Amino acid sequence: MKASRFWPWLVFALGALYFLAPLIATFIFSLRMRRDTLTFDAYISVFSDARFQATFGYSLMVGVFTIILGLLIVVPAAYFVRLRLPWLRPIMDFVTLLPLIIPPIVLVFGHIRLYNSSSWLPLTNSTLGTDLLLTCGYVVLALPYMYRAVDTGLRTIDVQTLTEAANILGAGPIRIMANVIFPNIIVAVISGAFLTFAIVIGEFTMASLLNRPAFGVYMQNVGANRAFEPSALAIISFIITWGAMGMIQLLARFAPKTAPRI
Amino acid sequence: MAEPFLRIDNITKTFKDNQVVKGVDLAFDKGEFVSLLGPSGCGKTTILRMIAGFEQPTTGSIIVDGKDITGLPPNRRKIGMVFQAYALFPNMNVADNIGFGLKITNTPRAEREARVEEMLKLIGLPGYGKRFPFELSGGQQQRVALARAIAPRPSMLLLDEPLSALDAKIRVSLREEIRAIQRELGITTVFVTHDQEEALSISDRIVVMNAGKVEQFGTPFEIYNRPTTRFAATFVGTLNTLEAQVVDGAAKRVSIDGQVATIPALPAGLAAGSPIALTMRPEAVSLANGQHRDIVLDGTVSEVSFLGSVIRLKVKLGANVVALDTFNDPHTPPPAYGETVKVTIAGSDILVLGE
Amino acid sequence: MSNKQDPSLVVPTATGPAQAGPVFGSASGSAKAGPARGPVRRDGGIRLAEWIGVAPFLIFAVMFLLVPTLFLISSAFVDKAGHFTFQNLIDLGTERVVSAFSISIRVSAASALLGAAIGLAIALAVIRGRLPSFVRDSVMTFSGVASNFAGLPLAFAFIATVGRLGMLTIVLKLVGIDIYKMGFNILSFWGLTLTYLYFQIPLMVLIIAPAIDGLKKEWQEAAATLGASRWQFWLYVGFPVLWPNLLGTLSLLFANAFGAIATAYALTGSSLNIVPILLYAQIRGDVLQNPGLGAALALGMIVITGIANIIAIAVRTRAERWLK
Repeated sequence: MKASRFWPWLVFALGALYFLAPLIATFIFSLRMRRDTLTFDAYISVFSDARFQATFGYSLMVGVFTIILGLLIVVPAAYFVRLRLPWLRPIMDFVTLLPLIIPPIVLVFGHIRLYNSSSWLPLTNSTLGTDLLLTCGYVVLALPYMYRAVDTGLRTIDVQTLTEAANILGAGPIRIMANVIFPNIIVAVISGAFLTFAIVIGEFTMASLLNRPAFGVYMQNVGANRAFEPSALAIISFIITWGAMGMIQLLARFAPKTAPRI
Repeated sequence: MAEPFLRIDNITKTFKDNQVVKGVDLAFDKGEFVSLLGPSGCGKTTILRMIAGFEQPTTGSIIVDGKDITGLPPNRRKIGMVFQAYALFPNMNVADNIGFGLKITNTPRAEREARVEEMLKLIGLPGYGKRFPFELSGGQQQRVALARAIAPRPSMLLLDEPLSALDAKIRVSLREEIRAIQRELGITTVFVTHDQEEALSISDRIVVMNAGKVEQFGTPFEIYNRPTTRFAATFVGTLNTLEAQVVDGAAKRVSIDGQVATIPALPAGLAAGSPIALTMRPEAVSLANGQHRDIVLDGTVSEVSFLGSVIRLKVKLGANVVALDTFNDPHTPPPAYGETVKVTIAGSDILVLGE
Repeated sequence: MSNKQDPSLVVPTATGPAQAGPVFGSASGSAKAGPARGPVRRDGGIRLAEWIGVAPFLIFAVMFLLVPTLFLISSAFVDKAGHFTFQNLIDLGTERVVSAFSISIRVSAASALLGAAIGLAIALAVIRGRLPSFVRDSVMTFSGVASNFAGLPLAFAFIATVGRLGMLTIVLKLVGIDIYKMGFNILSFWGLTLTYLYFQIPLMVLIIAPAIDGLKKEWQEAAATLGASRWQFWLYVGFPVLWPNLLGTLSLLFANAFGAIATAYALTGSSLNIVPILLYAQIRGDVLQNPGLGAALALGMIVITGIANIIAIAVRTRAERWLK
């Protein structure tokens, strides 16, 4: 069974070329703002732009609220479905698959149509309402990832036994959730949070159609009007994404390990 | 003597810096059922995988039926193999699994189907052809795996711990079935196991291995009754060890915690006072109900395990404990815990082992 | 080893066969089956908690996922006066809309197929190619990042690389290869496909890696002892086992590309006529003039991604008959 490693190496090398070339090229491009020399001027220009700070801050806020709202609805649901309502599982699986099938633009279109100023729940009438609508839209986008992350976390800790043990010791459902379940799936939850953050931070379609001053909208604006700043933004975004994913990898090492029940 | 069917010539295998097989020579006859027995990591599976062709020996050669197959890739060796975890192809039904080897060799469809039917009958699963592996129990899957391995009429069959994933009851019935099928086909078979009882019950001959080397190669009877190394003696079966002191080397008299006995097999030339370990099988020890053998010792019962047809007793002889089996006699209750008994041992049953 | 419970020994000692069900039920893990069948339910508190726990999720899914989608679908069949009509769907037949769907489907299909094929090749190479384990680890980590590196930044990166003034374009020109003279254009079908592959390939790698890990080493060894070559192993066992996963992933990649808008929008402005951009323009611009047409476009998108998934599920169900 002596197989040559030539082909695997070749495939890997070609893949590496395709994936690294744009990063390297973009990075060099971003350094060429000043003629005939390599500088970080494009980055300075981006970071000193008041709109960058404002929109990034806005998207950060929306991201945080997305994570909070998402966790509040996903964690209890995933927990009870796993523990008591297994017949709901196919429905949950289907619902959390839908955002991967229905394009985001269709979702936000539906939101706009359903919650516009002349509807029964005119969310788009106020800034706060629109922000809420955007947050809800992001929660929908993050649903597949968040649900799976939490569900996987629950699966590895044997929820049933933990719940029964806490029950026998006299804990009620809220106490079980807060003191027993949540601390044990915190790593999975934070992983889901970082993934959500990576999805939300540069999102363009929903924010743009709801006219919110999000980071994605700002990037689009810069992209249409500037030459070198977009590549700086691309590198910055890549680093942010890398950071979020790196945190997930790092966290995976701290995940609680319980022997699964056979 | 005729040329052996499978000859393994001075094989070694080194992974990185770790030599797992340290110069093994073996020769198996045609139609023989041989077990490679040893603890995990002793190199038995590596030898099997080298016979199959999944690993290349670092040095040495493997000769089957007079032909050196050492460099041959596994798919050209015509050797059937059964794996521990069944390894049935999940995407094929039972019939397609069994017929796979024949399909690869372009056997005509009709012939293939006939052979599959024949195999299904052989393994006692007629009518199971259309089922998928997940619909079968572990024992059934392993029987299908056996049928798959022998369907293309291989020159040899390799079994890599095929029973260790199964329940105890099925394990026993399936090993009898495997042995019956092997006898019927007369196929040379190499069976890897770490279970000494399994090896003893199923094999024509057993290779006892430890730390990459062959400790002993012989029939189950020889291995059990006349182990040649301490490892073979302790790994196969239960062994009692009594710590004793030589009283008189010339008269072959020793003291077992104060009780003096004569040991005919005692090696000559031992000085008085030198410590010595006496070993024997539990069945060599019996309660002295009137009949006395060479050695009679007084002791107290320290454990009584009722195993059904036999009762295993542990008897304390000073600092030593000896295990012995007595047959269950429905009319005579066994000695109770703490009871004082006499045990007797035939001097010729005491094993004197080289290190 | 000794936990075998012979049913024939248990049943007679219990109060009757009726009791046997719950007894075994609790033994096998679905512990709540037993008490639930009792005459009086005493865990009403827990039961209420269950529903309070699940309700927010369900209400949210209905409000922000199901109803908006269904509402859009239904308004595709309503005209401005509120009457039932097929006119909106008929209006999709204009050349502009048809060509948008055509380009969208082709780009999505091409990037999904290529992404799946290349992603599979990379995953196979790093997992089964006996490469050092750090190669696999770094590929998996990078895939996690790259699969999330989509949207605008991705477009910026590709413009900076193979745009008309991109670094790679210029470097290649210096060595005598003018890719733009050779017919390449970042604003074209192949330009968009090449860009989409940047997130499609890693997504494939991430999804298919566990499936490849699931291919047991013994299957290949068993096939080898039965005379099969490497190639025959993949033909008869490897690919058939991966097939359901491949299909599912393919439809996911397709939907992923089909709904993507930010990358295309930033690359091409609205010059490349793909469906999401058309819909985007509809929503921004003439949503009031003809709301029905926008809804019809959305319906079209849902139908296409839906069909892709239904095909995948159908074939998958057939292929998965041998799975549990």
